[in-house]
Amino acid sequence: MTANAAGPAITPCAVDYSRRTEYHEGLDAIKAAHRLLREVRYTPSLPMKGYNDRTLHVDLTTLEFREEPVTRQMKDLFVGGRGFGLWRLWNAVTPATRWNDPENEIIISPGPVAGITQYPGSGKSLVVTLSPQTDIPIDSNVGGYFGPLLKFSGFDALELAGRAATDVILFIDGQKGILRIEEAPLEPADSHILAELLTRMYAEDEADRSNISVVCSGAAADHSLIGMLNFSWWDKRRGCIRLKQAGRGGIGTVFRDKRIRALVCRGPVVKADLNHPVDFETLARTGIKLHKEIHTLDDSQCKMRRNGTAHIVEIMDAYDLLPTHNFQYGSHPDTHKIASPVWEARCSQMTADGCWYGCSMGCAKGADGLVLRTGPYKGHMVTVDGPEYENAAGLGSNAGVFDPDWLLELNFYCDTYGICTITYGTLAAFVMECFQRGILDRERTGGLELAWGNAEADLELMHQIARGEGFGRIAGQGVKKMKEIFIRNGWGDPGLIQDIGMEIKGLEYSQYLSKESLAQQGGYALTNKGPQHDEAWVIFMDMVNKQLPTFEAKAEALYYFPLFRTWFGLMGFCKLPWNDIAPADNSKTDEPAKIPEHVQNYLDLFTATTGIQIDRETMLMQSARVYNFQRVFNLRMGKGLREHDQPPYRSVGPVTPEEYLSRQERYDKQMLEEIGIDPEGRPLDEKIAITRKYRMDRYGKLCDAVYARRGWTPGGVPTMARLAELGLDVLPEVVAIVQQHGG
Amino acid sequence: MIQVNGDPLAWTPGLTVRGVIKAKNYLFPLLIVDIDGVRVDPPDYDATPVPDGASVQVIHLLSGG
Repeated sequence: MTANAAGPAITPCAVDYSRRTEYHEGLDAIKAAHRLLREVRYTPSLPMKGYNDRTLHVDLTTLEFREEPVTRQMKDLFVGGRGFGLWRLWNAVTPATRWNDPENEIIISPGPVAGITQYPGSGKSLVVTLSPQTDIPIDSNVGGYFGPLLKFSGFDALELAGRAATDVILFIDGQKGILRIEEAPLEPADSHILAELLTRMYAEDEADRSNISVVCSGAAADHSLIGMLNFSWWDKRRGCIRLKQAGRGGIGTVFRDKRIRALVCRGPVVKADLNHPVDFETLARTGIKLHKEIHTLDDSQCKMRRNGTAHIVEIMDAYDLLPTHNFQYGSHPDTHKIASPVWEARCSQMTADGCWYGCSMGCAKGADGLVLRTGPYKGHMVTVDGPEYENAAGLGSNAGVFDPDWLLELNFYCDTYGICTITYGTLAAFVMECFQRGILDRERTGGLELAWGNAEADLELMHQIARGEGFGRIAGQGVKKMKEIFIRNGWGDPGLIQDIGMEIKGLEYSQYLSKESLAQQGGYALTNKGPQHDEAWVIFMDMVNKQLPTFEAKAEALYYFPLFRTWFGLMGFCKLPWNDIAPADNSKTDEPAKIPEHVQNYLDLFTATTGIQIDRETMLMQSARVYNFQRVFNLRMGKGLREHDQPPYRSVGPVTPEEYLSRQERYDKQMLEEIGIDPEGRPLDEKIAITRKYRMDRYGKLCDAVYARRGWTPGGVPTMARLAELGLDVLPEVVAIVQQHGG
Repeated sequence: MIQVNGDPLAWTPGLTVRGVIKAKNYLFPLLIVDIDGVRVDPPDYDATPVPDGASVQVIHLLSGG
């Protein structure tokens, strides 16, 4: 046992966190093979009041760099982060643009507050592109150092357009004022090696490694639609790189389609005041207040410093919300094998294990000393970041994998291959249920025995995706396209395949069971980008607390929380320090679920950085502009209507007899008390059908209520009145699209 | 009998707030508890009795990664 300044004594991880397989060999040869394609000089700058007032546009086809101004209107309407990304993308594409057209862009933008070191969770970037999975804009938030270092190199956003002729590395040297595109023919594809090599290659000495961040994907992004991006930072204590992921929607696939092997940013040495805020004292005071809260309360609240988001694995299981066997069930007897005490012991416990400076929540838990048992790195000893809750649930319970080492290996390969863990978890669970139900068999999977809990087959499927081989080529298309393929091949009941394939708009569900919470069904389905929990997580409010008894109450929650959460993505904030720690007197406030003191912190941080005074209403208006703009963007791309907000029935109610029987008491009670039909003596098929009709009808009524509260038509189109209220009526093409759709 | 978030729960003599939380298997650490509209602070969970017939609201704060 050892004492830790952060809390009580714990049993430490027995693994030496400094040991792992090294990948330095060949670095000189790889570097020597680089060929300079273009180099230009620029004048580095630091932000003033959080903004540089310029972005960097890179055309990979012509190898041209261009600085673009950040205008007053751009800041007023779109603020930063996700807002900047959507606006730049809007200007780059047309309704006919698809993800693999050269004019599609990837935009990386931190927000105006991103990069402050005083307040925990302030280093996020937002990545926006047209998704290969959904054909609409995807936004994904990510930690790591790249976004803040980009900003401190002089740019509020990086726009990547065009397609290079060969694999290239884009190097931004914010210390020397150099922009360079280099042909990079010999680089390894996979992130755990590539980010390590490039960090060492572009740092001028050992101390300089902390100023380097690499963005890269992995082998799977070349062969699938589900590629993600890794954002690195240098972990000085471990002496290796760490990775955070912009996972959702296939951004890594777009990245590789543009023939980008990696982005490398070398920023200045990070200091406390690089944003040049107007009121440094308030930043410092507000940060100290939260640091004290975390220090005092985290061990008795969520233990984020010990477990990160994995602390909720056993909690979700206890509330019947842990997705199990493709979202059929909400708990499993073996959950204790992948619960937080397992990860607390398995991850090396260090203080401040965070993905940006100053984050005392430090939830980026590293599991060291994992010796891989499969794949191209079999026998290697590696450090894995995670698992976060989503990984433990998606790669674990949802696939029936309850062995922590196999789960870590799945997590590792997802990361290094550039595969979104959430997406993979949901698609693998779908494949396994198809295998269970005879929609797939060994012949159709090329010999893979994809039974529940078969981690080795699960990993082989992942290796196939990375190699672009076998059944992996099909699985790597994602759930939506798999459904189309299976139905086209006549491999099973089309209705069943649609019901159990957990995607909306082409994006796979994240890892919560929404079946018994109507509000959360909307929290997933009434999103802009697809079913990701970063808009509205309202299951407890609805299902457990029963605070949302009416359609109007649910609609209010689905108005407020998506806007509040959008705001984090405009600023460069992480959501976790908002509500995974609560002030000691939070219970005495009027609206404890909103953590009012922390909301005030965020308002203070924005004002202290930018000098712009805002209140809670202004905060929601900032978000609402971007949120409604994104909805109109979806319309422009041919989606964004009510018909595109329809969930698979598995997320609404029981599809199969087994599911119904697993919660028969709940469903029979609902039938008797709410529907007014006595279930006694009725055949199971009839009860399933009655429940389905009732629940889908209620989902329709929820849509009506939510659209009305958001200021949208019954068809899901923002009204002209709402556009005017938000000031978006100054954008002629936005107005034209809304009018065309009857808004 | 008491009501917890609108659902019935059998009452037993000596039942405390902690006992309600345990009986409902409420593992989530961020809870707000009201008994008949009166808030109970976490340090008082063990010592605060829950009377028969009470309406108990156990608000779970938001979570989700």
